[in-house]
Amino acid sequence: MAGALTTSKASNNSTYAGLGNLLMLPSWLIIGFFLVLPVGMMLIYSFLTKEFRGGIIWEFSLAAYDQFFFDRGLFGDDPAKIEWTYIKIFWRSIWQAAVATFFCLIIGFPTAWFIATRTGNSRSIWLFLITIPYWVNLLIRTISMKFLIRDTGPMNEFLISTGIISDPIHIINTNFAVQLGLFYSYLPFMVLPIYASVERYNFSLSEAAADLYASRLTILQKIILPTVKPGIIAGCILVFVPSLGAFLAPDLLGGAKNFMIGSLIEEQFKGNAGNWPFGAAVSMILLSMVLIVLTYYARQQSKEGRR
Amino acid sequence: MAKKLDIRHFPGFLPITYLCLFLLYAPLIIVMIYSFNDSNSITNWGGLSLRWYEDVFWGIESQKFKKAALNSLLIAVAAAISSTSIATMAATAMLRAGKFRGKSIGFALINLPLMVPEIVTAVALLVFFSMIGFTTGYMTILVAHIVFCIPFAYLPIAARMQSIEEVYEQAALDLYATRFQAFRLILLPLMTPGIISGFLLAFIISLDDFIITNFVKGAGIETLPTAIFGAVKQGIKPNIMAISTLLLLVSVVFVTLSYLVGRMGQNKK
Repeated sequence: MAGALTTSKASNNSTYAGLGNLLMLPSWLIIGFFLVLPVGMMLIYSFLTKEFRGGIIWEFSLAAYDQFFFDRGLFGDDPAKIEWTYIKIFWRSIWQAAVATFFCLIIGFPTAWFIATRTGNSRSIWLFLITIPYWVNLLIRTISMKFLIRDTGPMNEFLISTGIISDPIHIINTNFAVQLGLFYSYLPFMVLPIYASVERYNFSLSEAAADLYASRLTILQKIILPTVKPGIIAGCILVFVPSLGAFLAPDLLGGAKNFMIGSLIEEQFKGNAGNWPFGAAVSMILLSMVLIVLTYYARQQSKEGRR
Repeated sequence: MAKKLDIRHFPGFLPITYLCLFLLYAPLIIVMIYSFNDSNSITNWGGLSLRWYEDVFWGIESQKFKKAALNSLLIAVAAAISSTSIATMAATAMLRAGKFRGKSIGFALINLPLMVPEIVTAVALLVFFSMIGFTTGYMTILVAHIVFCIPFAYLPIAARMQSIEEVYEQAALDLYATRFQAFRLILLPLMTPGIISGFLLAFIISLDDFIITNFVKGAGIETLPTAIFGAVKQGIKPNIMAISTLLLLVSVVFVTLSYLVGRMGQNKK
């Protein structure tokens, strides 16, 4: 009874009531000034005219977006055709990210399930083991992967010495290497949200189904997967979104042929050959894609919440 | 009647979990092993030795890496202190200040750095700094790091604050403590594990960042990741593996510390 009284008092009259905005002020200043404002300025930048030596001229222009979607020939006076180069790079990035997400799900779901069905200490140790690699520098993890899968790397050496293969498997600088790198980079992101969902899963649902002679597969399909779906969606988004704009994996593992959005953007800002308005435009397109995915996710979540 | 199903376990999930663990750790462990390789080439195994560690600390490139490591360290400490303070204030606002205007948008703001793709943040900051004529250097790196460390520091701090009941501070206020005293003498000490966790996570996140740093660092200033990246562009050399192993150990030690501190706080409760 007393507990109920104090909680109601606390919720009516919080300790620092009225100080909310003051306490939020530093966050507003730092994130507002150094993230919101810059993104806004980049939006403006994407509508400016580029100068030849990598700078910009303050003149409104749609040239950056035009360059992305249309090919007007070398001198810009041919009739406009659809420009496929950049659309293809986006398409490849989406595909690579999707494949990586798929493999993360295939490995991540059973792992998350297994960990969530452990008890006590062993569960937190498993969980800890899965999280550690996430905190290891992404650059170092990508370099490790590059070292491992080289034509003359330890993996091929091992497979050749055991006689499983006679010629090295060529992985580096292929699409598969990039997918592997993305998979490796973001695998823990898949496991953790699914784990959180499975942990809340009510096993009496499975029990009821088993009592009614449902097979394991039926239980998985009809009961478990629909119930833990929010976790699966969250995991997929946490892998897909950073994969889409990834720079290190495609750059270090994919080589020049397997360009993704991240490298396309980076290229526009290096040296004199770059095109800042175009780079800004590509960034804005990437950002809008990510925001679409996140909005979809937020709407799904609120739907789940209302149920 | 058919044998009762063991509903908690699926055949094949245990091997997949081991596979998952193997995939996560194998590349790291192999690099660690090869960092002790006594050979000039990264391909051949020439026996155990510490020569590449010696090379990292006293070799030709050691000056470059030492300077980069010092930069990384200073920036990570400064960024972690700033972002932890900002995140603590933000968490207090979110969890202890009741309802106020701009609360939900404030919450979105704190998480914004997690939502914007890193490469977009990097480009936006570069454009912004060059537009307002800010010279790129230590300050630009530091500011960028503070921004993306805030949500990481916020998570453990908010989680901890949520688990502390507000009655203690309310009691202090009833006994005529000022709100600042209640914060400093009651909430902060109780929050210590959460704040330390937040600090350590922010520290690692700052230490690890490559992409954003690479865009805003300006000429001549390197952090450890950008220096390593530059070196790797010319091919992986054995000394890179030694540096990687060292950096890897630093991360593991810090995460373990953060994990233990977090657990310590929970046990006390």
